[in-house]
Amino acid sequence: MLRDAVLVAGKDLRIEVRSRVGLNQIGPFAIAVLLLFGLALGPDRRVLAPASAGLFWVAVLLSTILTVQRSYAIESADAARDGLRLSGLDPAGIFLGKASAVAAQLLVLEAALTIGVALLYGARLSGALVLVGACVAGTLGLAAVGTLYGVVASGLRVRETLLPLLFLPVVAPVLLAATKAWDEALAGTPGRAGGWLDVLVVFAVLYVAIGIVAFGPLLEDG
Amino acid sequence: MSTPPRAVQSGRAAVAVALRVLGVTALVGVAATVWLGLFVTPPDEFMGNLVRLLYVHPPMAWVAFLAYGVASLASLLYLWPRTRAERFDRLAGASAEVGVVFTGLTLVSGSIWGRPTWGAWWVWDPLLTTTALLFVLYLGYLALRRVPGELHVRARRSAIAALIAFIDVPIVYLSVEWWRSLHQAPTVLNPTTQKTYVHGSMAWTLLLGFASFTLVYIWLTAHRYRLAELQDLEDTEGLEAALAERRAEAVAG
Repeated sequence: MLRDAVLVAGKDLRIEVRSRVGLNQIGPFAIAVLLLFGLALGPDRRVLAPASAGLFWVAVLLSTILTVQRSYAIESADAARDGLRLSGLDPAGIFLGKASAVAAQLLVLEAALTIGVALLYGARLSGALVLVGACVAGTLGLAAVGTLYGVVASGLRVRETLLPLLFLPVVAPVLLAATKAWDEALAGTPGRAGGWLDVLVVFAVLYVAIGIVAFGPLLEDG
Repeated sequence: MSTPPRAVQSGRAAVAVALRVLGVTALVGVAATVWLGLFVTPPDEFMGNLVRLLYVHPPMAWVAFLAYGVASLASLLYLWPRTRAERFDRLAGASAEVGVVFTGLTLVSGSIWGRPTWGAWWVWDPLLTTTALLFVLYLGYLALRRVPGELHVRARRSAIAALIAFIDVPIVYLSVEWWRSLHQAPTVLNPTTQKTYVHGSMAWTLLLGFASFTLVYIWLTAHRYRLAELQDLEDTEGLEAALAERRAEAVAG
């Protein structure tokens, strides 16, 4: 299973390195979102800085939708999905591979966005361990749910509109917990973020487990 | 189209009659709740006439949660290989649809009650927030169900999506509750901590509300289930067969 996961993740990341869709489109999209939040809330740093954790995670959520859509767009061209089904790879491995490729791309994006909120909103970065921990655990949860719903929606004609509707309400706890963890870290009290990190870890573990079980039947159906 | 055997026909006729009786009982129950709630029961000592909304609001919320519970259970039964049957898929869809309607009603009636009581149409209370998220969560589920496809394919992906959504509910509730409690102490009036004098007729009216709304739920879900069955029949055997069956039912009833 893990060997298959590494293969699939390697394939997805190699396509990304060669096509640079994430770098050329999703990255700039996320930066545009940050700029628009700035415009919506006004230039006052006393407003922007306290809101930066929440705005950061909303930008991440929106980017996740695009990353997941891209992750399945590469499977729909040239009937690659049928190839994947016929490849004899373990479906759980395919799920883990695709989810970790999505997570890896999101983590790179989050690093850029972190610099973005520091520069644009004047957020003072502190509690690095909590910031990174929330990013890793939160991103795993987002990638797991996204990959799971991505395969549900991928074969359908309405996939572009259906995926966000399915995805966003389910990841509400990630937005909440990750924002609170970041809030504590940015406020200089990273010690109080522990419980929120637990929520993120539980969410990630739960949905990775569901993905491992449910991905096979969903992939067969499409 | 071949005529179904006589035993099946009379069985269906009995179901149709039972449904009609159920429907009439449910409507009478709701009418009685409205009458008791609006005219017979006294106004509340603290809430005044606003208390009358509470005869329908909790029953609506109860039906919404009951409907989601039934939908999740039916989805689970569908996924379990030994109990897999199309009827569980239809039941899940029918129940979730009624659930979404009642969630909408719960939110609206709660909002109307909240405005004069709390001074706001909306507060970020764990229960309210979870209910609102449930509303969009199951709207997504219904949207997914509406996507055409082969019956068993659609049934399986819907069942999995329903369970993904259902598992999320406790996480949402707990995290929102924790978010609020860390945030600030509730600034709004908390009606549960108030000592409310419950008049006998008030308790009975509320109980009748629960009973009759539950009947309404069963009635609506049964009809929605039947409709789904006929839609599938239309897909497989054509419109004529489905129409003929519905007409036969009406004559029998």
